[in-house]
Amino acid sequence: MYKALADAIRDAEKEKKTLAHLALDTEARDQGRPVAEIRAALQRALDVMRGAIEKGLTGDLYSASGLVGGDAAKLRKNPNGPLAQTPFRDILTRALAVQEVNAAMGVIVAAPTAGGAGILPAILTGLAKARSVPDEKVVDALATAGLIGAVVAERASLSGAEGGCQAETGAAAGMAAGAATEMLGGSPSQVGHAVALTMQGTLGLVCDPLGGLVELPCVFRNATGSAIALAGIEMALAGITFAIPVDEVIDVMGEIGREMDVRYRETAGGGLAATPTGRRLAKERLYQIKRSDG
Amino acid sequence: MVSLLDIIGPVMVGPSSSHTAGACRLGLLARGLIGGTPQTGLLQLHGSFARTGEGHGTDKALVGGLLGFRPDDERLRDALHIAEREGLDYKFEKTTIADASHPNTVRITIELNGNKATMLGSSLGAGRILVQEIDGYPVEVTGNLHTIVLVAEDRKGSIARITGILAEHDINIATLRLSRKERGGDAFMVIECDEEPDKKAGEELRALDWVRWTRRLPKVSGG
Repeated sequence: MYKALADAIRDAEKEKKTLAHLALDTEARDQGRPVAEIRAALQRALDVMRGAIEKGLTGDLYSASGLVGGDAAKLRKNPNGPLAQTPFRDILTRALAVQEVNAAMGVIVAAPTAGGAGILPAILTGLAKARSVPDEKVVDALATAGLIGAVVAERASLSGAEGGCQAETGAAAGMAAGAATEMLGGSPSQVGHAVALTMQGTLGLVCDPLGGLVELPCVFRNATGSAIALAGIEMALAGITFAIPVDEVIDVMGEIGREMDVRYRETAGGGLAATPTGRRLAKERLYQIKRSDG
Repeated sequence: MVSLLDIIGPVMVGPSSSHTAGACRLGLLARGLIGGTPQTGLLQLHGSFARTGEGHGTDKALVGGLLGFRPDDERLRDALHIAEREGLDYKFEKTTIADASHPNTVRITIELNGNKATMLGSSLGAGRILVQEIDGYPVEVTGNLHTIVLVAEDRKGSIARITGILAEHDINIATLRLSRKERGGDAFMVIECDEEPDKKAGEELRALDWVRWTRRLPKVSGG
């Protein structure tokens, strides 16, 4: 797979292909598998994503600790709010739904990780519904997202323990923004700007989950990460460009992650996890998990 | 090489690719060592597995793997109760493993009808795993392919003989790694195969008088 988005964008423009088709062809060559087989695997991932959203919208899912759950349903039902009846609201709801399913040990697609698994399905299926995009194009978008994620994995990190939340929900938001920009007709170069415009907004985000559990704030970070991705998509499709090249934005995310104190990298030693209330809740809820299992 | 399907995947039961999906795969590999659901299992958790494992369902995922559940199997949620029903007597211990190089590490000791195995493995993130030790022998197994691990006397022609047996069973070798600690010392082989080596191939390898020890491990990840 590509190690720089600039190279992929250049090749896609030269070969007059979408980044999705470039990614599928490259994957087929790298792995010695036919494109049809890769597309079938991505279609299965899309089906699981839709299943998780549907399940999460029922609203009766709670995590083992009880720290999170039921909020996707609240957002879906609330008639008020400035975004009611908009695709924006629908996308935020979908992101919460997937993460609530994840926290309740339901089936999801790690994209790129379980902790950031709500953003890509929320953005792609939400926009596909709003704009009647056929599944074939959504599968293309998953390939574009995979290409972006592969570059981030290569140049920076996709692990909260290595790079903080900017490497999990930040990377997921960048992947979703780039993929959706192409799905809605953006050029390869606009995809690059969408990723840069999105990831600049998540730089420095720490990984600080209460008790080290993929629950709080992870569930909500998937909603706010989706909002940042939507801003990136909107700006890129309007022709707005970001002056720092996308690969340099990804590099600096990796650099910030390496410099980040270990307290802010999934250890529950800092950030929200280390607030007085964060510590108290974690202690109470972990005790509850032991009791419910025993 | 990073694959698109590593990034968009795996399909898994939440909440954590390293603490849940990776843990399940480690259990599955251990089960493969004894060829079925163990009757007893001791799971010694190290580092982050010990600290935040319960909230991440690491315990359920490890036991679920021992029961033969894959990372996307929803029965993982109830694995501890199912284990009781199926007669798997498991025990967890929190420990510090001195030579563990990764925070998410577990030592699994299991037994089925007198057939015992011990495995030390880590979950590296995004569901990827690495087994570092089996029955005290150092190995490096990722579970991405069907794997044979083998310890043999360091003698001429041993690789030709082993690969010959695999070829007779129509098994294609994807990778083969040979190492030894000293000249004339034991040779460690990790052979990754495209096809699943059958029981008979394993028995033929074990029957070679210069092969000290060999194990077959199942494929638990990869597309």
